[in-house]
Amino acid sequence: MLPLIGLLLGIAVGLLLEPTLPLVLQPYLPIAIVAAMDALFGAFRAYLEGIFSDRVFVTSFISNVLIAALIVWIGDQIGVGSQLSTAVVVVLGIRIFTNAAAIRRALFHA
Amino acid sequence: MPEKPGSRSWRSLLRPGRGQVIAAVILFVVGLGGVVQIRMNAADDAYTNARREDLIQILDGLGTESRRLEGEIAELEQTRANLRSGADSQRVAREETEQRLDELSILAGTVPAKGPGIRMRITDPEQKVTAGVLLDAVQEMRDAGAEVIEVNDRVRVVASTWFADEGAALVVDGQRISRPLTVEVIGDPHSLEEAARFRGGLVSEITGPRVGGAVSVERLESVEVTSLHRPVKNQYARPASAAPTPR
Repeated sequence: MLPLIGLLLGIAVGLLLEPTLPLVLQPYLPIAIVAAMDALFGAFRAYLEGIFSDRVFVTSFISNVLIAALIVWIGDQIGVGSQLSTAVVVVLGIRIFTNAAAIRRALFHA
Repeated sequence: MPEKPGSRSWRSLLRPGRGQVIAAVILFVVGLGGVVQIRMNAADDAYTNARREDLIQILDGLGTESRRLEGEIAELEQTRANLRSGADSQRVAREETEQRLDELSILAGTVPAKGPGIRMRITDPEQKVTAGVLLDAVQEMRDAGAEVIEVNDRVRVVASTWFADEGAALVVDGQRISRPLTVEVIGDPHSLEEAARFRGGLVSEITGPRVGGAVSVERLESVEVTSLHRPVKNQYARPASAAPTPR
């Protein structure tokens, strides 16, 4: 329940305060969001399987976000930024689907 | 006692564990970031995600478009200049036409006129000032540059004005003129007076023994001529060629 409230609060703050990100960080935000989604799905799966650990969650979340952004940043430096961001999105997308499948199995036993 | 479904989440809301708080904080961050990203994406989606080739193409298109619009601006400015000079020349033509109209209306006697000039009073007790004498007087005045001539405040002397004797009376343009005569003339007062007074001229003729009258000539700063000549439409005469347009 509390995490849901946190999510809604974040959306509300984003809509009402309209914060802006520094221009330097703007290209990495989409990748960071995908990485965060991956971490969230992983956490939800672990929660359903009864092996949720908040320390693992926080660590995985932060490291996922940072590593995804770092990969894209390096890609930008060496001129393959768009390709690498595609690669990151694909990998994270596969992981999200895997987690989602596990969540589905745990929830509906199907 | 079996727990009711949902009671676990209610209990967790009232006494949140550390994991719940951490998840809430992280979801807060994710929600915030997502909204920011969606708003940014909606604001300038056309260019942030465009590839370099697309951007070059867009830039090219914009360059072409701006060149085309610059050409259009130059064309329209040319048109505007043309129209402005056209309006100017039209204004000049209209001013010239109005000036011509003024001159011609004064010449034709269809408008009142005002200006420096002289007033001549001719008294001839013996009524010997004939149409011929009056015509001579008008000729002298015209010679001296008279622009407007009026007899007795009633008759405007124009190109077609005629003079006749009717017994002892004088008739000008069909109107009987009573004595003494007053002739008002607009023109250079000095030359007009000289033209009237020179030896053997108008004054000496009238004051001479043959007529035996008297003439008084006074120079005036402003002579006002209000009588008008009613123009008659030409019955026979037509312009041989089209009237010249003023410039």
